[in-house]
Amino acid sequence: MTSLLSGLTGLGGVKPGTRGRLRPVWEEEPSRTGLASKGVFLVAICLAVLFPLWVVVVTSLSSVKTITETGGLVVIPRGITFVAYQELLGGGQVTRATVISLCVTLVGTLFSMTVSVLCAYGLSRTGSVLHRPLLVFMLATMFFGAGLIPTYLVVQGLGLTDSYLALILPSALNVFNILVLRAFFMSTAQELIESARIDGAGDFRILWQIVMPLSRAVIAVITLFYAVGYWSAWFNASIYISDPEMLPLQNVMNQLVLKQERPTGLAQVINTGHLSPLAIQMAVMVLALIPVAFLSPFVQKHFKEGMLTGAVKG
Amino acid sequence: MSLSTDDRRAQESRTPPVTTRAGGARPVTARMPLRHRLRRDRTLLLMTLPAMLLLLVFAYIPLAGNIVAFQDYDPYVADNAFEAIAQSPWVGFEWFQQMVNDRLFWSALWNTLTIFLLQLTLFFPVPILLALFINSFVRPRVRAVAQAILYLPHFFSWVLVVTVFQQMFGGAGLIAQTLRENGHEGFDLMTDPGLFKFLITFEMIWKDAGWGVIVFLAALAAVSPDLYEASAMDGANRWRRMWHITLPALRPVVALLLVLQVGSALTVGFEQILLQRTAVGPGASEVLDTYVWNVGITNGGFSYAAAVGIVKGIFGLLLVLGANKVAHLMGEQGVYKK
Repeated sequence: MTSLLSGLTGLGGVKPGTRGRLRPVWEEEPSRTGLASKGVFLVAICLAVLFPLWVVVVTSLSSVKTITETGGLVVIPRGITFVAYQELLGGGQVTRATVISLCVTLVGTLFSMTVSVLCAYGLSRTGSVLHRPLLVFMLATMFFGAGLIPTYLVVQGLGLTDSYLALILPSALNVFNILVLRAFFMSTAQELIESARIDGAGDFRILWQIVMPLSRAVIAVITLFYAVGYWSAWFNASIYISDPEMLPLQNVMNQLVLKQERPTGLAQVINTGHLSPLAIQMAVMVLALIPVAFLSPFVQKHFKEGMLTGAVKG
Repeated sequence: MSLSTDDRRAQESRTPPVTTRAGGARPVTARMPLRHRLRRDRTLLLMTLPAMLLLLVFAYIPLAGNIVAFQDYDPYVADNAFEAIAQSPWVGFEWFQQMVNDRLFWSALWNTLTIFLLQLTLFFPVPILLALFINSFVRPRVRAVAQAILYLPHFFSWVLVVTVFQQMFGGAGLIAQTLRENGHEGFDLMTDPGLFKFLITFEMIWKDAGWGVIVFLAALAAVSPDLYEASAMDGANRWRRMWHITLPALRPVVALLLVLQVGSALTVGFEQILLQRTAVGPGASEVLDTYVWNVGITNGGFSYAAAVGIVKGIFGLLLVLGANKVAHLMGEQGVYKK
């Protein structure tokens, strides 16, 4: 388990030889009570994050009987069953919403990344023509927001309402992400680019075969940022989409859990007593949680670079 | 607004011509005619085109769309919003005058500012303290696991976070449920208007405090260990080392983030509040952003909502510039350089 965790988090175990001597010689050894209280506090903080998630997952896997016995959320797993997931993913509103969310996330992330990487590379050569005006054009948008109403009117005027494009295009670009990519592209070794150019490579080829492979880490981080953005988005859908059949998962979850509505098709199963509405709600939450919880640890070791580059620029 | 150091270096080195420079730039060609440069860099320009188009359509054109604030915009004059704007009558500053006399607007502004102050006092210090705490652990594995867990909630959607909180602190939530089982009175944090502002600050801490740690940890990692060793030799104990070395090292980052925070003072938790607005009522929860949404999108008062949006935008910009000015006066770098 520990090796798996350290593999995921990218920080390998302690180097052989340094074990037991992590502290410099001049530093005071901490007291036992100090260490113990620090440990307790750390565990408490981590539990504050993990405990709610544990309860959600366990409840979603619990049977009607267990949920009625505990009178609500379940902390200790007993009588594990996958009924809630079978019902949710056996067709119907939630299944459709999950598919929609997945598709929007995939297409949107691909689109955002393509446009962002191209733009970042295009602006990474500081001597190129129009480089500064274009950069200012882009940076200026970080200082003003047009506001909700005019944006809404433009999206409506373009005829994007009630189309999946309204979930992608208005929020497709994040200028900050482009700046991070650009900063990385600029740090690519110039000798490589020069030699590729001498060998006759064009800019697309240099980007694809040299710059991008060398910036894999930051590209992974930015891809994750965009993907999480699309996956978590619900506001655009709530104002631009009026057809309930087109709503993504977050919006359906909002209706189901916060507004306590019963999903279409599931109300009957719930009424017959085979399924607890609470388990269904929790299962929807787990569905929304799964991709994020599984993807982010893989990219985690690169977060720092992504957060820091560009943070002070602009 | 000034550009990054690389750009500046690029500009300074324009004379005399050099062949290669940092940043993968092409040979400096101040004397090359523009059309030759356009031709040489056409691929690069082509690459930026899609992004520039998107920014034009979804950032610059909406900026112009703010003119509806000076109109009596009627969405039903035409099918298309653009045509409706063209056909709507002008009313001058009528909506802005109405706003000054609008009790709900002032209430929304008041809520916005109180929530901002709560964030500043309760949320802002948490990542710093957490970073110092995590930094005090020497084992890399402990630090890595702690960070992995603390980063996680940042990637959850607000719908998910609000739902988790409802299941924990709501009327039917786990804590109320446990209390009732043991013969105590239950409670419902989620529908209490008096506690709402604290609730959303608490949610924000749960979701983003762990993420905020990254920047501070990086700043701490950049401190030279020699400084600690030298001061230890001079007899400084661990608290004095923290006070004289660690905290000063964090100062620039803290200043930068404070500027950013103050700059977004009028933008507090829009989505988060929108999700919980019905539970506590607008009196306690309405902020400027949700007010614009409610008046404009829900009730169709586009022109008035756009007017509120403009005022918010202008004050927001002034806040960024002002806060940055203060940062400069304090000798810090701020968001952009002078």
